[in-house]
Amino acid sequence: MLRPLIASSVLGATVGSVLAAGVLFARAEATPGTVFIDNFIFNPKAVTVKAGTTVTWTNRDDIVHGIASSNNAFKKSPAMDTDDTYSFTFTTPGTYQYFCYLHPQMVGSIVVEATTGSNATQ
Amino acid sequence: MSEFDHRDGVSRRKVLECMTWCGTGVLWTISGGVPHSLGIMGEAQAADTRGLTFLQISDSHVGFDKPANPNALGTLEEAIAKVNALPQKPAFMIHTGDITHLSKEKEFDDADHIISQSRLDVHYVPGEHDFVDTDRKIYSERYGRAAKGHGWYSFDANGVHFIGLVNTFDLKAGGLGNLGTEQLEWLEHDVKGRSASSPIVLFAHVPLWTVYQDWGWGTDDSAQALSYLKKFGSVTVLNGHIHQVMQKVEGNVTFHTARSTAFPQPAPGTAPSPGPMKVPEDQLRKMLGIANVNFKQNEQRLAIVDSPLQG
Repeated sequence: MLRPLIASSVLGATVGSVLAAGVLFARAEATPGTVFIDNFIFNPKAVTVKAGTTVTWTNRDDIVHGIASSNNAFKKSPAMDTDDTYSFTFTTPGTYQYFCYLHPQMVGSIVVEATTGSNATQ
Repeated sequence: MSEFDHRDGVSRRKVLECMTWCGTGVLWTISGGVPHSLGIMGEAQAADTRGLTFLQISDSHVGFDKPANPNALGTLEEAIAKVNALPQKPAFMIHTGDITHLSKEKEFDDADHIISQSRLDVHYVPGEHDFVDTDRKIYSERYGRAAKGHGWYSFDANGVHFIGLVNTFDLKAGGLGNLGTEQLEWLEHDVKGRSASSPIVLFAHVPLWTVYQDWGWGTDDSAQALSYLKKFGSVTVLNGHIHQVMQKVEGNVTFHTARSTAFPQPAPGTAPSPGPMKVPEDQLRKMLGIANVNFKQNEQRLAIVDSPLQG
């Protein structure tokens, strides 16, 4: 059940080359909007992004997980098998608590901050 | 009196764990809340087997194909072959959930195809893996048509009252398994007015006692459910979900979890997560299996024999 820290080419292809630096290690906080699931833990557990950012979850466990908002604030993911990804674009600033709908002890949060300057969308 | 009769929970539990981990089928009878070991399976089968005998299988996870067991359908088939080889035909079977891995129609079809070879009536309750289709309706359409809510129901057999509960629907963030208000009200009504001498068997997927909170192995509102059963002299709670045998006796209630037919999971706290546990190929079938449950009428006694697929 121990999964290699170096991501497979499937994963790399799925989430895009932008993660090339981040996927080498389980701790990938450096890439905004990227959350890995390892050993039933969302990593990182708390993510802060600018409005308009697409957050992508990748399941690296050998068991199914699923992403659901704690208060139905965003669309839940389909069941995510090993190496499946789910993406959602957060356009409205706020704090979004979420959990795994199969293993609800797994919780995380996305903090969406307003963008500043002429590119502001909200 | 055997050495297991004293009330030291720790040593009794140790004995239990040792015997179950050794992979030996052990018969336990419950009398006055105290378990008595009657020995290994050969002796158990020689004991009185009159009354009601039924089977429990669990966590078949049809569709699972990861390294912990690349062929979960194959081991389910082995489990059903073991059922068919039993010297005494059970009255029926209960399946305590996670029939499938991904709630796909084909997975349910494949599971039905194998399980129906037992030619037994099967009473199902759903696991969380049976509710991951987009609309969460396939399980209910297949198994829940005669049930209440998301699939709970009760029935009687040989004077024993069986109650199938659903604690895997609409789980709450940060929580454990969940029964919910509507189901609890139904349960309270279902048992009200029944004779306290009627044996009760409660079955659900996630344990109705807290096995290990950190891994979510428990049910938030199980204490409320069990409070409705206090007057009954014999309550047996059968669960799955944790893919290993665990047993606890608390007053009039015996809690028991069955092995999976698909893959083992680690003992609480012994691994970084409760995910599927990869074991050497020659060990796998010693960690998968079925459970045989026997009631002896008029004795308020219960016996559970856990049999691994091999060894």
